[in-house]
Amino acid sequence: MADDALILGGVRFTNRLFTGTGKFASNDQIPAMLAASGSQMITVALRRVDQSGRAENILDFIPKNVTLLPNTSGARDAEQAVRIARIARAAGCGDFIKIEVITDMQMLMPDNWETLKATEILAREGFVVLPYVLPDLTLAKRLEDVGAAAIMPLGAPIGTNRGLETKMLIELLIAHCRLPIIVDAGIGRPSHAAAAMEMGAAAVLVNTAIATAADPASTGRAFSLAVEAGRMAFLADMAAESATAQASSPLTGFLDD
Amino acid sequence: MSFQETLSDYQGFDFERFFAGVSDADVTRSLAKPSFGAMDFLTLLSPCAGDHLEAIAQRAQQLTVQHFGRTIQMFIPLYLSNHCKNRCAYCGFNVSNEIPRLVLSLAEIEREAEAIARTGMQHVLILTGEDRRTTPPEYLCDAVAVLKKYFASVSIEIYPLHTEEYAQLKAAGVDGMTVFQETYDPVVYKAVHLGGKKRDFAWRLDAPARAAEAGLRTVNIGPLLGLAEPRREMFFTGLHARYLETSYLQTEVAVSLPRINEAEGGFSATQNVGDRLFVQLMTALRVFLPRAGITLSTRERAAFRDRLLTLGATRFSAGSSTGVGGYAIPIKQQTDSALQFEITDARSVDEVAAAIVARRYQPVFKDWEAAL
Repeated sequence: MADDALILGGVRFTNRLFTGTGKFASNDQIPAMLAASGSQMITVALRRVDQSGRAENILDFIPKNVTLLPNTSGARDAEQAVRIARIARAAGCGDFIKIEVITDMQMLMPDNWETLKATEILAREGFVVLPYVLPDLTLAKRLEDVGAAAIMPLGAPIGTNRGLETKMLIELLIAHCRLPIIVDAGIGRPSHAAAAMEMGAAAVLVNTAIATAADPASTGRAFSLAVEAGRMAFLADMAAESATAQASSPLTGFLDD
Repeated sequence: MSFQETLSDYQGFDFERFFAGVSDADVTRSLAKPSFGAMDFLTLLSPCAGDHLEAIAQRAQQLTVQHFGRTIQMFIPLYLSNHCKNRCAYCGFNVSNEIPRLVLSLAEIEREAEAIARTGMQHVLILTGEDRRTTPPEYLCDAVAVLKKYFASVSIEIYPLHTEEYAQLKAAGVDGMTVFQETYDPVVYKAVHLGGKKRDFAWRLDAPARAAEAGLRTVNIGPLLGLAEPRREMFFTGLHARYLETSYLQTEVAVSLPRINEAEGGFSATQNVGDRLFVQLMTALRVFLPRAGITLSTRERAAFRDRLLTLGATRFSAGSSTGVGGYAIPIKQQTDSALQFEITDARSVDEVAAAIVARRYQPVFKDWEAAL
């Protein structure tokens, strides 16, 4: 599988588990989790980045060989997301940006329209744009048109650990989009991550389930293994599911003898 | 529709009878529900549910970690003025109290800001009494302009404003507001608010909605526990928060649970809220409102606060002065009597942060900045 790298923004990712920096009991759990999981991309909310020098700077806990994916958490509209993205780049966080525009503080559902607007502007400015969206094929095609680098549909609302509740909609994106589909949010167990990868997701992003586990490093490792297994199964083109049992020794087998 | 209408729906509701009818099975059933209604909340607030405190606490902890992680948002109050026209029986700034009245100049605000910034705090909450002449919205806008240079985020806890005034403060850089209804019982409300604009129950009740309407990011409400029957107070506070959450999807809603402490005037609580009941109220609120912030101030004892952070609290003040200024300009000069309320947790910012870390939680000093 050495040649099975995911290329995003010119960067090669051989590990398809992306992680996050929120919700940890302490920042020093982050490098340990990254080492154990082998995750090569981690998202960080710019709103939490503290460069005042008066408190811990979360960026100091991310090893240089891990790609930073700053996100626009806290943005309520496209304009704000664009502003946050520009500030992130100016602060030295690189060209990657995960667009998160949320206007519903209850279910934390992304605002697809504002996200599309922000994607268009930022892609034009040369950002590697990863929009976090509700899985919708029409929107996904438009995101492709305006220059997104990948599409990040949610499996379930942020932090719910409910798995692939939007499975059918994500399958549509995987089937009909040329961009990589990265399942973000809702993945609560390694088995959910494996299932997403088996479906053909290009990667998954997991934060809450890892960060809030009693042992984030081991949990990160478990997710990484699950992602690898799911990916391997996808590439192996495993047999399809069937609604009925398929006998290992078919009744009509003699006809082929 | 105002929250006033929800409140009137419960006029004549027999809480005692409801509580008397709650069984252990009702509590267990409510606690297991994936979606939690008002009557489930009231069930968890019942005396009967007090016997299930551990189960409620477990659920509260799980929901809090799920939605907020193991983090505590840190903030610090800065009193700009103690001028007040209200006569609130429980408050040190009561107009009838003969205390030195102070209002910080912009230069003094800057000195205080420098001193606070050295503690590492980045979210500041500015407070005044209710005196529009001494501390008009324009003064607050000027204060915010100074504070923005030192802090990532500025919030206000002042007298209720009109929607346009909240919008004006938002434009000046204010991110959030706090306003306590103090009590949702209109009779008690009139009895403890003896004079001033604050006597207008409805004007205050709708203030958080006006702030949300104006686009402030965070709205923090709360009762002053000890004024009226606490289970009902918590019930209406929770309903008020849910009303705000559902009416203003873009607004983050938070709830404070202050218990009455001694302030100038020697007011003592008419309703005692012991630690056990307090934990029941807080954890029931968390189960009812999984995503709401829960704010705990330095009114609570240090050791108790440290326990509460694993049970649903998400926002802590620390290193607080509850007199005007107090960080650069020593309170001693103002006389000790000029406090809005008595502080119980007198630890420094560093000490509180260390205590949070000791519980394996992360103190978060910056969670937003007005420049974003």
